[in-house]
Amino acid sequence: MTAAAAAAAGAALPEGRLEQRFTDYKPLYRPAEAEAEANRCLYCVDAPCIQACPTEIDIPTFIRKIATGNVRGAARTILDANLLGYSCSRVCPVEVLCVGACVYNAWERPPIQIGRLQRYATETTLARGGIAGLYARRPATGKRVACVGGGPASIAAAGLLALAGHRVTVFERKQVPGGLNTLGIAPYKMLGDAALREVEWVLALGEIELRTGVTVGEGDLSAARLLADYDAVFLGLGLGADSTLGVPGEEGPGVHGAVALIERIKADPTFDLGGARTALVVGGGNTAIDIAHELALLDLEDVAMVYRRREADMSGYAHELDYARRHGVRLLEDRVPLAVLRDGQGRVTGLRVARAQGGKPVAGSEHDLPCDLIAVAIGQARATGLAQAFPGVALDPKGRVVVDPVTRRTGHPKVWAGGDCVNGGKEVVNAAQDAKLAARSIDALLRGA
Amino acid sequence: MADLSIDFLGIKSPNPFWLASAPPANTGGQVIRAFEAGWGGAVWKTLGNPIVNVSSRFGGVDYQGAKLMGLNNIELITDRPLDVNLKEIAEVKRLFPKHAVIASLMVETKEEWKELIRRCEDAGADGLELNFGCPHGMCERGMGSAVGAEPKVLEEITGWVLECAKIPTIVKLTPNVGDILEPAEAAHRAGARSISLINTVKSIMGVDLERMVPLPRVGDASSNGGYCGPAVKPIALHLMAQLTRDPVLGRDIVYSGIGGVTTWRDAAEFIALGATSVQVCTAVMHYGYRIVEDLIDGLNAFLDERGMKSVMDLRGRATGAYKDWGDLDLNYNVKARIDADACIGCHLCYTACMDGAHQCIHLPGRSKAEALKAGHYHVPDHVPAVRVKAPGAFPERHVPFVDDHECIGCNLCALVCPVPGCITMAEVPGPIGKRETWNDRAAAGRDWVPGGLEATRIARGL
Repeated sequence: MTAAAAAAAGAALPEGRLEQRFTDYKPLYRPAEAEAEANRCLYCVDAPCIQACPTEIDIPTFIRKIATGNVRGAARTILDANLLGYSCSRVCPVEVLCVGACVYNAWERPPIQIGRLQRYATETTLARGGIAGLYARRPATGKRVACVGGGPASIAAAGLLALAGHRVTVFERKQVPGGLNTLGIAPYKMLGDAALREVEWVLALGEIELRTGVTVGEGDLSAARLLADYDAVFLGLGLGADSTLGVPGEEGPGVHGAVALIERIKADPTFDLGGARTALVVGGGNTAIDIAHELALLDLEDVAMVYRRREADMSGYAHELDYARRHGVRLLEDRVPLAVLRDGQGRVTGLRVARAQGGKPVAGSEHDLPCDLIAVAIGQARATGLAQAFPGVALDPKGRVVVDPVTRRTGHPKVWAGGDCVNGGKEVVNAAQDAKLAARSIDALLRGA
Repeated sequence: MADLSIDFLGIKSPNPFWLASAPPANTGGQVIRAFEAGWGGAVWKTLGNPIVNVSSRFGGVDYQGAKLMGLNNIELITDRPLDVNLKEIAEVKRLFPKHAVIASLMVETKEEWKELIRRCEDAGADGLELNFGCPHGMCERGMGSAVGAEPKVLEEITGWVLECAKIPTIVKLTPNVGDILEPAEAAHRAGARSISLINTVKSIMGVDLERMVPLPRVGDASSNGGYCGPAVKPIALHLMAQLTRDPVLGRDIVYSGIGGVTTWRDAAEFIALGATSVQVCTAVMHYGYRIVEDLIDGLNAFLDERGMKSVMDLRGRATGAYKDWGDLDLNYNVKARIDADACIGCHLCYTACMDGAHQCIHLPGRSKAEALKAGHYHVPDHVPAVRVKAPGAFPERHVPFVDDHECIGCNLCALVCPVPGCITMAEVPGPIGKRETWNDRAAAGRDWVPGGLEATRIARGL
C-alpha cells in the first residue's frame, strides 16, 4: 500500500454510526444473477444508455463482457470512461439516466439493471486488487498538480493525473476524504466505508498525496501559494453550508440543515435523533427526498415533506419520491414555512406554514404542523470566496465557477474546476466527467501539447 | 498481456481472429472496417465465376427468446466482379500489410484454378482457402461440398492448386460427410498442410405453415441451405478434434477452426482442441465487427490468468483428453448437489430426473407411499425438508433432495437448472476403487459382450 492509500485507509469512519442501521436497497448481484441479467442485454448499437450517461460509458460492451465471463474487462471498460464507476454504479440516478434510456422501456419490458451490473463488475474486480492492477502508469513527468477539495471531482482528477505521470496533492478541509460520496450519500445506496474504499483504490494509482484537515485559503496555504508551487490547480470545491429559511425560531436545537444532518447520520457515532418521533423536511429537491427517506427508515412515526409548490414542480426525482413514499414519507404541497414553533424549554413543537399558490403564501391560510424535528433542504451556499481568491476565476450570477465547456478550464490559465462548484449541485457522475475533461486538458498542457 | 499473434503456416496475423469467408468479408470497405475494429485476418468472400443470387437468402432459428441460435443461408459465392475484388484485396493489403488476407476460391477446371490463383497472388493475398464446403447451389454444379464429399476429386483438385500456388493453401472442409477423416486424409495425400473446418451444415430452417413452403422462402419455394451459428459449435469442435487428435493429421496439419464462435471462450475452446486461428461469421452478422474487442480482451485476460505467455501455449491443450469411449474411466463417479442457498424452487430438476433420467430427485414432504406412487423406485428413509432460502422465494417451497443411492451422475438436473451454479456434480469415490476403462476390462477378458468395437470386429469376422 502506498503512503497515500495508507492515509486514506487511516481515515476509516468510526463504528456506531446511525447509517450502519440501513440495509442496501440494491445489493451486490451474485454471479448467477449478474450473468442472467447481462444475457438479457440486447447489445444495442449507438445505444441510448451510452448517450444518457454523462461519462459515456460503453455500457453494452461492458455488459457483454460480463456475459462472456470477462468481468475484469468489463470493469476496465467502465473505468476507462469513468474512474469513479464503482461509486457511480451505486449512487447514480440510473432511473433517469442509463436505465431510463434502455430500449426495453419502449417495449414495456423491464429495463436492464445497468447500475447493478456496473456495481458487480467494478466491485468484484476492484476487491481483487484495486484499480492499479488494471492500468499502467505513464512515466513520471515531474509536474505537480494541486487538487483543492477531496470530493469526487478532485479525487477523480487526482487519479487520472497520477496515471498520466504527474504528482498530485489533494487538499481536503475535513478529516476524511471523498466529500459528499463519503458524507452525503443516502445510506441505503452506499455507506461511507465503500466511498473511502474507492478513494483508496484511486489514491493507489500513482503519486498522490492526500492532506486532510487543511483549508486552502487559510494560513500559508493561500491561492497565490498554490499557484506558485504547482504547475496546475484543479478546483473541486463542492458547495457551502445549507441555506436557511430565515424564519423566526429557526435558530436552536431540533432544526438541521439537511446536508449537515445527513453527514451526522453517516459519520458521527455520537449523534442520535434525540428521541424525535415526527419530522418535517422543508424542500422539494433530491436532498430533501433523501433526508426524508432516511428519517422514515430510522423508524420515525411520521415524516412529511413540506414543499411550496406542486409535486410536478419538484426538482427531486419522481422515482426517489416513489421509493420514499413506500417507506411512509408524505408530501405536503403548496405550503410555505413561516415560523418554527418551540415550547418553553426551546424544544421544537411544530412548523407554522401558510398555504401557497404558485409558491406564494395566501393571506389568512396560516396553520401549524406539529413535529419535533425539522430538516431544511432548500439548497446550499456556493463556495464563492475561495474560487475568487484565484485571479481570473469568474463566477456566474448563480455563484458557479465559469469554465470552458470542453476543457473545464477557468479564466486563470493554470486553474481548472469541476463538480458541484461548477454545476451548482449535480451528480457524482457529472463530477467524474468534469474531472476527466479537466485532467485531459491539464495533461495536454503540462506535456506542452 | 499475452502474445496473441500467430504464424499460420507462414501467414502472419496479429491475433487468431479471422473473418470467415462470408458476407462480413464481402468487400474491401468491410474488411478495412473489420481490421480497424481489431480483426487479425479475413478470408474473402469466395471468388469464382460469375453467379446470380436469389432474394431472401437467410433463415434463423431463435430459441426461447434468444435470437439466432442458428443461421442458414442460400447465398452463393461473391456476386461482385473479380477485378473489383482483386483490386480491393490489393488495397486492403497496402493499408494493412501485417494483417492476414486470404482469398477463398471456387472454380471448376484446372486452368481456371491456375488462372485465379495467379491473379490472387498478384493482388497480394497472403494465402488461399479452397472452398470445398458450400452445401447449397454451388454443389449442384459440381463444386463446393460436392468436392468435399468426394475424397478422390478433392485430392485431385488440391493437387492442381498445390502444383501452382506460391502462397499457403488452406483446404476448407464440409461437415456433410460420413467420416471427416476421409476428405482430410485426401487433402493430406495431395500435400495440403492446412485445413479449415467446418463449412455450413445442410439444413432446412423450418416451414411456413400458412404457405406450406420451407424457409427461407423464395417466392413459392425454398432450397436446402448452409446452417451455422452457435448451434453448430459442438459439431464443429468434434469434427476438428477428430483431425487434430489423429497422429498424422494432428502432426502435419495446421487448423483454422470455424463454427459458432461468438465469444472468447468459444475461440479458446477451438484453440484448446488444436486450432491455430478461428474464423467467425454469424456472431459478426448478428452484432457487428465490434465483438472482436472482447474476443481479444477476454482471451488475453484468460491467458494472463493461466500464466500463458502466448496463445500458442493454449493450442491443443485439450486435444489429448478427447478419447474413445472405451478409454474413459469407469471408476469416475459424480453425484448431483443442489445448493439450497441458490435454489429458487422451480422443481425443473425433479421433473427432468423423474421423466428423463433415474428418478433420484425427491420432493420433500411426501410419504413413502406417495413417493412410490409418483414413480420413484427407491425411497430414502429421510428426505430432509429444506426451505428455499433465496430472497423473494415462495415461503412453502422446498429444495428438491438428491438420493445418492439412485443418482448415477448423468448431469441432466444440472443442465436444466436455470440458476447457474445451483446444481453441481460432486466427485465421490468410485465403484471400482481404481481407474479402469472398458478397454482394460476387455483386454483382461472380463468384459466382451454386449457391444464394443472389438466384439463387433470379431463378430463380423473383420
